Amino acid sequence: MTVAVKEPSMLLQKEMIAGNYDAITSAHETGRKVSSTFVPGNLNELLMCFGILNNLPEINAIQNGMRRLSGDYIMEAEKGGHSEDVCTYVKADIGMMGRGNIAPNGKPFPEPDVLLLSYTGCYTFMKWFELLRAEYKCPTLMLHVPYEGDGHSTPNMIDYVVKQLKEVIIPGLEEVSGVKFDIDRLREILALSAKAEDDLVWCLETGKHKPSPIDAYFGGVYYIGPIFTAFRGTEEAVDYYTALRQEVKARLDAGQGPTLPDGSVLTDQKYRLVVEGPPNWTSFREFWQMFADEGAVVVASSYTKVGGMYDLGFRHDPADPLRSLAEYCLGCYTNRNLPSRVDILAQYVEDYEADGLLVNSIKSCNSFSAGQLMIMREVERRTGKPGAFIETDLVDPRYFSPANVKNRLESYFQMIDQKRRGANKAA
Amino acid sequence: MRCFIGIDLGSTTTKAVVMDDTCRVMGRGITNSRSNYDTAAAVAKQEALIDTRLTLFRNSLSAFPTLAGKVDDILADIERNFRHVQYLEKLEDLEQTCLENTGTPRLADVRAVARGVIATVFTRLREDSGDLFAPGVARKSDFFRDLAGGGFMHAAEAACKDAGLSFDLILNVYDKSIIAVENREPTATMESTFLRALEKSGAAGGGPEVAQVLKDTLAVPLEESYVVGTGYGRVRLPFPKEHIRSEILCHGLGAHMMFPGTRTVLDIGGQDTKGIQVDPNGIVENFQMNDRCAAGCGRYLGYIADEMSMGLHELGPMALKATKQVRINSTCTVFAGAELRNRLALGEKREDILAGLHRAIILRAISILSRAGGVQDEFTFTGGVAKNGAAVKELRALIKENYGDVTINIDPDSIYTGALGGATFAVRAVTQ
Amino acid sequence: MDMPVSKAGVIARRCESIVDDLSFQAARDWKAAEPGRKVVGFLPVYVPMELIHAAGCLPLGLFGGGDRIEVIHGDAYYQSYICRIPRSTIELGVTGRLDFVDGLLFPFVCDVIRNLSGMWKVMFPDVWTKFFDTPQNFDPEIGGTYYTHELRELRADLERLTGRDITDAALRASIALYNENRRLVRAVYDARAAEPWKAPAADVYVVMRAGLMMPVEEHNALLADYLAALDIEDRPRKDNVRVAIFGSFCEQPPLALLKSIEMAGCYVVEDDYSLVNRFITEDVATDGDPLAALSTAYLRHSVETSCKYVPNEADKGRFHVERVKQTGAEGVIYAAPSFCDPALLDRPMICGRLSDAGIPNMSFKYAENSGQMQPIREQAGAFADSIKLWS
Repeated sequence: MTVAVKEPSMLLQKEMIAGNYDAITSAHETGRKVSSTFVPGNLNELLMCFGILNNLPEINAIQNGMRRLSGDYIMEAEKGGHSEDVCTYVKADIGMMGRGNIAPNGKPFPEPDVLLLSYTGCYTFMKWFELLRAEYKCPTLMLHVPYEGDGHSTPNMIDYVVKQLKEVIIPGLEEVSGVKFDIDRLREILALSAKAEDDLVWCLETGKHKPSPIDAYFGGVYYIGPIFTAFRGTEEAVDYYTALRQEVKARLDAGQGPTLPDGSVLTDQKYRLVVEGPPNWTSFREFWQMFADEGAVVVASSYTKVGGMYDLGFRHDPADPLRSLAEYCLGCYTNRNLPSRVDILAQYVEDYEADGLLVNSIKSCNSFSAGQLMIMREVERRTGKPGAFIETDLVDPRYFSPANVKNRLESYFQMIDQKRRGANKAA
Repeated sequence: MRCFIGIDLGSTTTKAVVMDDTCRVMGRGITNSRSNYDTAAAVAKQEALIDTRLTLFRNSLSAFPTLAGKVDDILADIERNFRHVQYLEKLEDLEQTCLENTGTPRLADVRAVARGVIATVFTRLREDSGDLFAPGVARKSDFFRDLAGGGFMHAAEAACKDAGLSFDLILNVYDKSIIAVENREPTATMESTFLRALEKSGAAGGGPEVAQVLKDTLAVPLEESYVVGTGYGRVRLPFPKEHIRSEILCHGLGAHMMFPGTRTVLDIGGQDTKGIQVDPNGIVENFQMNDRCAAGCGRYLGYIADEMSMGLHELGPMALKATKQVRINSTCTVFAGAELRNRLALGEKREDILAGLHRAIILRAISILSRAGGVQDEFTFTGGVAKNGAAVKELRALIKENYGDVTINIDPDSIYTGALGGATFAVRAVTQ
Repeated sequence: MDMPVSKAGVIARRCESIVDDLSFQAARDWKAAEPGRKVVGFLPVYVPMELIHAAGCLPLGLFGGGDRIEVIHGDAYYQSYICRIPRSTIELGVTGRLDFVDGLLFPFVCDVIRNLSGMWKVMFPDVWTKFFDTPQNFDPEIGGTYYTHELRELRADLERLTGRDITDAALRASIALYNENRRLVRAVYDARAAEPWKAPAADVYVVMRAGLMMPVEEHNALLADYLAALDIEDRPRKDNVRVAIFGSFCEQPPLALLKSIEMAGCYVVEDDYSLVNRFITEDVATDGDPLAALSTAYLRHSVETSCKYVPNEADKGRFHVERVKQTGAEGVIYAAPSFCDPALLDRPMICGRLSDAGIPNMSFKYAENSGQMQPIREQAGAFADSIKLWS
């Protein structure tokens, strides 16, 4: 297997993630407490206030998907009575437990001291942690974040989330950690979050340039890594995003595109896409290469907004810490209603001057997938640009059919090409 | 003549269309897609070029007023003789290959006997070929394997018995040889085969003048100006990337070429179902295919035919005999068999169940059309399922119900839609 | 071929015709009877129908299109791995069958129904559409306060829809009517659990479902009649085992499936079909602030079901085990719709708790248009036999 060529920021991030895994797997020796929680509505700053390590089962499932372990784990869980119909993140996680719960660094994960059930934008989260709770019998803190059914949060929703933070989550974390909550500490951390968020947004918005110096989907999953996981609010994350910004700026100044896994640089960008939906992880490089081979670059994506919609203006705010956390949780992409998602994606197609919207529909993830065909149709109608629809899964290798995906992608790109030629002729 | 060729490499058959530089269809060819895609593409192309020659003959002959009304017969005679000569050439190749394959150690002791048997068999096959290709004889298949195979078995069994040789040994040799012969291109050029055919047919009795014209026509070179490949197997074609077009684009353009008023295309093939919208120039504006689940594709009917021990082509006619329609809920191919048996067990009639199954397939197709933006006038239906009367009947009813009065086009040769689009792309690539 | 139809049978057949009517003629007639009447539909699994009733509207339960509707346009909106209820619901919408529905509530069941609320906003912009989120925090001060506010917003929305105020007095009167309805519903369930041979599962099912499609006053009268009719019902008692059915709270099975389970030798003595009218398990207070009363009822006296969080691990599945004991069920059939995240993710936990309590259980999947009953009959029959063998 060839080694993927990475940008310097990717290597930096790799070190950071490895460091976090080492901290988690050595928690017994260091005496630190470990929580499990989710990417959307991730309360990393709050966990930091209590010195609790942040372990994210979704990220573990992704790691296992990219390392081609998830297929076996999923089958292990299905043998244990889990339906083939349900989310493969959950099954990959449960299957991993059945196989010794080994972290990517080869050491076993410690049992979590607390399950922080930050319940934002995905129904399955609730069942996932009920299932883990049955296994670990550890304290489980539910933070119910209401869905923005009418396209916006209401004062009642914000009050509800803030009240849960004050009366359930913070006391619960104090009890687990033995650390008293210090709101000034939270303010300091949130200020660092906001700083990194500024740089992230700057980077993501460079997708508006031609050529785009970033790939906002395949490359984008690297760019969002630290801020969506255990690093938001840390100095490390601030440094990472400073470095990332410099790296992207250098490419922008040089008129260069992003680096591809094979080491080449995608500067000759024939197609600009907005992508809706998470990527497939088991064939991530192959999937990316299918786009790159056609000269397609993703200029904006919704997946890079699951852990917060910073590009729409939200920043963590040290002046009003708890309300700010509540607003953060409420505003994550999958907690927004479908009309809002249509608005966002149609706006991306316009603002990023894309050729169209491509939907990668994920079998596991109904929160994303249910309604995507309507989203596509609406975005097509509003922008007048054709959409495309492909289907894969997160970490179930049985559900990635390269020939099928490639066939549709090619058809789509050729259609764009043909339409352009038709338009040129007419002009 | 400059030839622009489209090749559609499908999952079951491979089609080719030859066009001239004015987008006129000159010839079409079809063969079964075998494991070897290169050969399938080469054979389909060859067949289309043969058909092109016949078209050229037709054009030349139509200049003779004296031949008015006889051209069809003359061409039929030429083609019959061509097929006969081609068959003999392939027999020759097969015989040589069989003889070479007697060199195996297994046959060491009986090699001479085996060679004798093979010679006897092929002599017999050559003798019989006259009847096989006699005027007015309907051959059960156009594939060499089918034509030669039956005769070989018959003759070899008798010859082995006479020679006291194990039939299995000869059968082994045959199996090995036929695969090799099928998977290589013909040894003789098409032109030389045609020349032999023309001699054999005595230029179809048109006199020396006609014979000369046919020979002159044969001398017109068929230049392959541009080839475009499409279809599910297109990535396997040995073509540079710019010569490959997706089947969506080719289907859209092909449907436009057949029916220039086409705005919506439905194609139900073996593996997938496509809904395509095209603009007035045949340019694809939008498309949707069935999702990962292949429910409701042509393969579903194949599966049902197997379950009922019927031929695929018998399903439609039987469904048309239905007096009522049994509601079928599952278009899932995996569950279809169980549902079918369940309905039969409940005492439902086969034709009524089949009528329900056809409706179920078309309902799926209508959903895909709906996903692709609905149906606009005119609507063109292509693919293998377009030949099925029961499916067409349901489609007409559902289109009317959901989209009102829409012109529905079905071309009996719609199997060539993709290749036709490919050939048109080939013309456009050079001339535009 | 049927035996002479009994009084209970007559009521059930009438209800079946209401449930089967995909044009919703009964609800249309109700609306047309007086100018200005509004119909507010709702999907599974729970809405406070009291509020809709107090607004003078007809609450109309929409539980998919069953096995009688051909889904064409609905399939255009959904991938093959998504359950059927949203497809048939869309089909009902785009074919104009719901054109008389003025408002539609989408309760929190799962992400599919949640997203459908937004699709409805885009596809039917003239319909008042609301995603109705009940709390997953059950502390009266936290979840209770939030929920009371949500109910207040719902009340204001309904007032906007009708142009009329909903007074506390009207709301208390509605609560009283629904308390009566819940008592009657429980009485029917109790009567069936006592003498299941008198009340076929499919009959009880349509009697309940039809109740969600007619005014509550009418349903209360119907339930009283049905109870009286059950008393005098004369049907042979079979040697069937008594089962509870769980997992079927959202997408509903076809009637043929219920009948098949019974034919296979099982009496259904408990179920979670169209849960709405049994979601609240006790009377809602008719004094004090009616919104607070509805909120308290939800927090304190509602069923355990897959779309509600269970705060204490030890309580998971407790409701199911208790219901089995209360109704004297000998086993549980966990029947989940295909691709139903809530029911299928819960299945290992609920079935685990049932097994821990020594309750035999089996599971299968269905869809609202399941066509093959043979496998269901075989599985349910084998389950019934195994229970008989071991008891």
